[in-house]
Amino acid sequence: MTWYIIVGVVVILIILFIVTYNRLVRLRNQVKNAWAQIDVQLKRRHDLIPNLIETVKGYMKYERETLEAITKARNLAQQVASSGPAVRAKAEAELSSALGRLLAVVENYPDLKANQNFLALQEELTSTENKISFSRQYYNDSVLSYNNRTQMFPSNMVASMTGFKASEFFEVSVAGEREAPKVSFT
Amino acid sequence: MWEQIRSNQTRSVILVAGMGLLLLLVGYFLGLYFFDSGIGGLIIALVVWGVMSLFAFFRGDNILLALSRAKKISRDDHPRLYNVVEEMKIASGLEKVPDIYIIDDPALNAFATGRDPNRAAVAITSGLLQKLNRDQLQGVIGHEISHIKNRDVLLMAITAVLLGTIVILAWYATRILFFSGMARNRRSSSSGGGSGQIVILVLAIVLMVLAPIIAQLIYFAISRKREYLADASSALYTRYPEGLASALEKLAASTSQLKSANKATAPMYIINPFRKKGMSASDLTSTHPPISERIRILRSMAGGASFADYDQAYQQVHKTSRRIVPASAMATGAIGLRAAGLEVTEKEPDEIQRARETSDLLWRLSDYKTITCDCGTKLRVPPGFKASSIRCPHCGRINPI
Repeated sequence: MTWYIIVGVVVILIILFIVTYNRLVRLRNQVKNAWAQIDVQLKRRHDLIPNLIETVKGYMKYERETLEAITKARNLAQQVASSGPAVRAKAEAELSSALGRLLAVVENYPDLKANQNFLALQEELTSTENKISFSRQYYNDSVLSYNNRTQMFPSNMVASMTGFKASEFFEVSVAGEREAPKVSFT
Repeated sequence: MWEQIRSNQTRSVILVAGMGLLLLLVGYFLGLYFFDSGIGGLIIALVVWGVMSLFAFFRGDNILLALSRAKKISRDDHPRLYNVVEEMKIASGLEKVPDIYIIDDPALNAFATGRDPNRAAVAITSGLLQKLNRDQLQGVIGHEISHIKNRDVLLMAITAVLLGTIVILAWYATRILFFSGMARNRRSSSSGGGSGQIVILVLAIVLMVLAPIIAQLIYFAISRKREYLADASSALYTRYPEGLASALEKLAASTSQLKSANKATAPMYIINPFRKKGMSASDLTSTHPPISERIRILRSMAGGASFADYDQAYQQVHKTSRRIVPASAMATGAIGLRAAGLEVTEKEPDEIQRARETSDLLWRLSDYKTITCDCGTKLRVPPGFKASSIRCPHCGRINPI
């Protein structure tokens, strides 16, 4: 009789282990997937910038420094594109604030605001900024639930046995980039 | 948090199971009464249900879209709408951008459909599209996307089919009962076993009358619950409950009813397409909670955008301690709100611009060409127009096509 109980307990433990392990795998994949989403959107923003500069250049004769700052920030962000979340977040925040400076002065160029090409770009840029913050939001939420699983009892035992490590958040460190869709064209 | 949403559905699943039980009961008693075999009735009920389910499962979304005369659009047709849908897809963690449809109707409404998240579609009326600014559009699309994400479409389809089966069975059974039941009854009472037969007859009649009503109430209860959950999810995705709240306000203010809606598809719309003015808060026979209440809950979400905040706001508005979002979904920490997006500022295309945008889109979707003359007049060229140039009726210039 006792043997049956022991075997039963062992079987239940094994099942629990498998279920927990699978859930951890699913959460880790979700984190990876969410990270890929951010990556897509950041790349998209990098791709939009040359086009933006090209469109804007003719109109903005006195904003050379601002434009150069954007190009510089973009190149820097591209260089660290394969680094971890913390490094990238910093470079991308730099780019965001450079873009913000450019779009803040658009108001002084009425001709530019009437340009169809620019309007389309503006919609794309707004949406890309939104998508970046939404994918970041989803990524951070995914990381939170994954990290909770890897740190909370009893799933943390399975996690440490099978090598699941907590993931890094994609934090925005530069002040002013905190409120999500920050790019303001006004 | 997202994997826990599935566990929210437990209560809904119990309600659906109750409806299934009701269907079996109806089938059993029908069988018992008409062919003296409960099993036979069960089989008939299940066959009717099975056929309707298969039909709804494989053709339901197409039928719904066709019934509402929705037209599919691509990214180039309306970049802003497409982008907003894509944004909400990212925020919700869906794998695929749902297909986007436009319904040419001045009424303000929107719905989601599709039996699984990879075959989903959202549809929005042209009236709503031109009425909403970007933040409001985001709120509405967030609500629809969460119907897809939370599998409400599937749940409501299952429930609707169950309801439909019960209604059909009860309807036919009462007809047969009235027109031929008496003869059948006389025959069986002459062959003995009278009192048992009468009990079954009474039970069958009671069931025929009550089952459709009960099923309908369950259906409405599930639908209303999913609406609250979709509002909560929309606030969570957008981090901006005010967007959906002000969108709902605009929806509430409009009086035009959607031409193409029908009773079966009502729960999938963002607001009840058949609502009347001044619907009371405790209305059991509505697919949607009253809009004013939904707005008040969203506006009371002062602290943050999480499910816990929505729940708190719900309790505050209703003055109860009942939860609308089960505790399992609220394990995560505080989630902050965000400031209004850029579109609320002066840069946003105003309503006139949006109306032009939408009407251009609708003309294009009907294969009309739009030519802008140098004088600013827009010429709509119908698809069958053969000539190679057209004269502007306003200034007389000849425009090539």
